[in-house]
Amino acid sequence: MSTVIERVTRVIVDRLGVEESEVTPEASFREDLGADSLDVVELVMELEDEFDMEISDEDAEKISTVGHAISYIESKQ
Amino acid sequence: MTKLQGQVAIVTGASRGIGEAIALELAAQGAKIVVNYSGSTEKAQQVVSTIQANGGEAIAVQASVSQTDAVDALVKQTIEAFGRVDILVNNAGITRDNLMMRMKEDEWDDVIDTNLKGVFLCTKAVTRTMMKQRYGRIINISSIVGVSGNAGQANYVAAKAGVIGLTKTTAKELASRNILVNAIAPGFITTEMTDALPEDVKNAMLAQIPLAKLGQPMHIAKAVAFLASEDASYITGQTLHIDGGLVM
Repeated sequence: MSTVIERVTRVIVDRLGVEESEVTPEASFREDLGADSLDVVELVMELEDEFDMEISDEDAEKISTVGHAISYIESKQ
Repeated sequence: MTKLQGQVAIVTGASRGIGEAIALELAAQGAKIVVNYSGSTEKAQQVVSTIQANGGEAIAVQASVSQTDAVDALVKQTIEAFGRVDILVNNAGITRDNLMMRMKEDEWDDVIDTNLKGVFLCTKAVTRTMMKQRYGRIINISSIVGVSGNAGQANYVAAKAGVIGLTKTTAKELASRNILVNAIAPGFITTEMTDALPEDVKNAMLAQIPLAKLGQPMHIAKAVAFLASEDASYITGQTLHIDGGLVM
């Protein structure tokens, strides 16, 4: 079973077409990984599917870095 | 002609009038149809029966487009029945005509809720599916009075003009995901809604129409089928006037 970090990283690499090495906890989706606002919406949708959970719009707005995404998902599991 | 073979279309307000014609035409082009309706269960079921009798697939789903939960359920039922959503036609609309000076707040609210907020809610509800598919066609039925203005219809005109602005914004936001969004602005089309108008109003309208006749629901339905087809793949954010030349 993959860890949350590995699964989140895989979704980000697939969706944004970035190198795995770029996907660090500090990396900002928009500033470091080249995502636009719609990409971030789609990324959140993919994470919902990957982890079979619902992320509210309010929570989604707070997820701006890889680390935010990982800690949010871990807190909900 | 089966340009929409295998595609899935939701048509709101499809139990009668222009919506019914759109549902029948998209079905004739091969699309599976979700016939949405608000109150007319029997009429919606008749539209479904007609489509099935012609060898097509269709279901009727009741939902008030101004209610978030109902709209979400409409899309959910569509996915459960047909697996995807390729085409959304935001057609559902009502009128509560009155002079601006006499218009009551609830007349304003009812029309804005159904005719404008309804388009927003339905569009939002299908966007997730269409973004994942990297394909979608959204066609909003506005009105020529949304372009020209019309005495006695402040609420309706404001909603229909709002739909044109919403169409342009949605088109810009979703273009990168291959979701095309256009509006149609029908003129004076023969339906129950226009039958209710007084004869002298109708005659006055007729005198303003260069083609000197009323439009038929099928004139709108054919244009919807075109905008939903591959032939229209470079058109987005536009408002097509189908009004016999009334407003140019």
